[in-house]
Amino acid sequence: MKVFWSNAGFRLKVGIFALVFFLVLGYIVPLFPHVDPIIYNTYPKNLKPNAVNWLGTTALGQDIFWLLVESLRNSILIGLIVATIGTTVGIFIGLLSGFLGGFWDRALMVLTDTFVVIPSLPILILMTSLMKGQAGILLLALTLGLFAWAWPARQVRSMALTLKERDFIQTAWFSGEGAIQTIFTEILPFVWTWALSNFMNAVLVAIASESSLAVLGLSPANLPTLGNMIQWARERNAILLKQWNWIGPPVILTILLFIGLFLLITGYNDYQTRKRGR
Amino acid sequence: MKAWKYIGLRLITWALVIWIGVTFVFIIPRLFPSNPVENMISRITAMSGTMDAIQVEALRRQLRVQFGLDGSLWEQYTTYIKNGLFGFNFGPSLMNYPTPVGEIIGRYLPYTLFLSVTSVIIAWTIGNFIGLLAGFRKNKRSSKILEGIAITIYPIPYFILALVLQIVFGFLLGWFPMTANILTTAKDRGVFFASLLRNSVLPALSLLLVGTGWWIISMKSLSSSIAEEDFVQYARYRGLSERRIGASYVLRNSIISQVTALALSLGGVFNGSLITEIVFNYPGVGKLIQQAILSSDYNMILGTITISIIAIATATLVADLIYPFIDPRIRYS
Repeated sequence: MKVFWSNAGFRLKVGIFALVFFLVLGYIVPLFPHVDPIIYNTYPKNLKPNAVNWLGTTALGQDIFWLLVESLRNSILIGLIVATIGTTVGIFIGLLSGFLGGFWDRALMVLTDTFVVIPSLPILILMTSLMKGQAGILLLALTLGLFAWAWPARQVRSMALTLKERDFIQTAWFSGEGAIQTIFTEILPFVWTWALSNFMNAVLVAIASESSLAVLGLSPANLPTLGNMIQWARERNAILLKQWNWIGPPVILTILLFIGLFLLITGYNDYQTRKRGR
Repeated sequence: MKAWKYIGLRLITWALVIWIGVTFVFIIPRLFPSNPVENMISRITAMSGTMDAIQVEALRRQLRVQFGLDGSLWEQYTTYIKNGLFGFNFGPSLMNYPTPVGEIIGRYLPYTLFLSVTSVIIAWTIGNFIGLLAGFRKNKRSSKILEGIAITIYPIPYFILALVLQIVFGFLLGWFPMTANILTTAKDRGVFFASLLRNSVLPALSLLLVGTGWWIISMKSLSSSIAEEDFVQYARYRGLSERRIGASYVLRNSIISQVTALALSLGGVFNGSLITEIVFNYPGVGKLIQQAILSSDYNMILGTITISIIAIATATLVADLIYPFIDPRIRYS
């Protein structure tokens, strides 16, 4: 641990700090007793920040601090589900394609390339507009996951193609290890480091897509997410009425979340490169 | 001969992407229980008060034809492919009845293309230039500062960046309009272009900042690794000027993969453009999609999305076909 910390670059340190901060704010803080921030008129409307409502209240009488915390939690949850789907399916398809070769490789790659190139947002809009905001968090995450596997699959395939030719894989083959076992014991450790940074990137992409859908009013209707929270504030003219304590916190938190996690990804990648270099 | 094989393969991929995408667009609405015909009928009956059963039945039949929901699934599919894909005919728009969907999209599409194409070109040029400088001279202080700025701006989602620009430059400073109001009907060409430019600054800027950030980051890492190659070192020993080494050794070797990356980034830029248009109320395809969703204009939703897929796939194809012309080590693989 000590060695890791002394080797970690500035970016990685900031990134880890950001990750811990957001996880605590999103998953530990909600454990404290609090009002349900979705219910209207729990407090007087449009309060400025005060001792009870740390960030004030919305035009609907909701507590902004707790709304922010719940939004952060749901946004991260969506990101995690989508990233899990995307990374798992991506690794599976990529390995399959790379190791099977021939017809299956070509067929899978045509499908993958299609999903890489296809503009995802219009199709997501189509799907969510048919759900009419009725979808729950899981259905939304599954829909977003549909477009999260293609890029990882492509990357893993090219990794698999180079790994296949290495000596130790050949040794494993000839010593009678089965295909599945070879993949698990010999290949996955190599894919692992890559998968971790891809996973974090996928979390960010998913949160961004959700916020895009929220602008269109297509994110699940009563689900507090960072995108929805900003959109609700916009709909009630929080900008024109200069209610910065309402629209400001989710905007700033989203920006910090994205910069923090991005630093974590690039910092982690730098760390891995340097570790290999030693 | 190999060149034809390359072009042929790209054309096949292009056709496949469009076909799979369009088939997706056809299947998805039919998987959901929500029925546009019944939705429309309940809206019409709610508006007109009472309607007898015969009228409703006639309306139902008429709407089924207009929505392309008439006949078996296979017939619907072939009609959709024939009319939509090859004729750009998606039936009448419901919010602007009976103007055809294709005609309305034709009015909005140029704005989206103007916005995204200009910002992509500017972002790619500036970003690669800065990235080259930052990667080639990576120990300079200015390089580190530029990369720091890029890393801070790039990860921010389009929606948030557009919103911040709107609040700061539109609302607080009042330099540019908060929401676009382009004088599309102005007789005077000059007046029209002036309003177009003034209203496009903020939407374009939000696309530009994210894009530039990405090209700086990727070009920096490419060019800094190329700058360490032996042939660059050799060029230094030969006494070539740094400027010459940067332009003809590092740039030419790194720019090629940036063209491929450009092709792959177009879909993302289009997504960003849709969102930016909605934030700024800019009269492009994104705005049109939003209106179509709000008024449940089924034909319009299908039309805009189909055309988006075709447009993106074609733009990617064009960028892919340019690629071999700039790569002297042509391989067509």
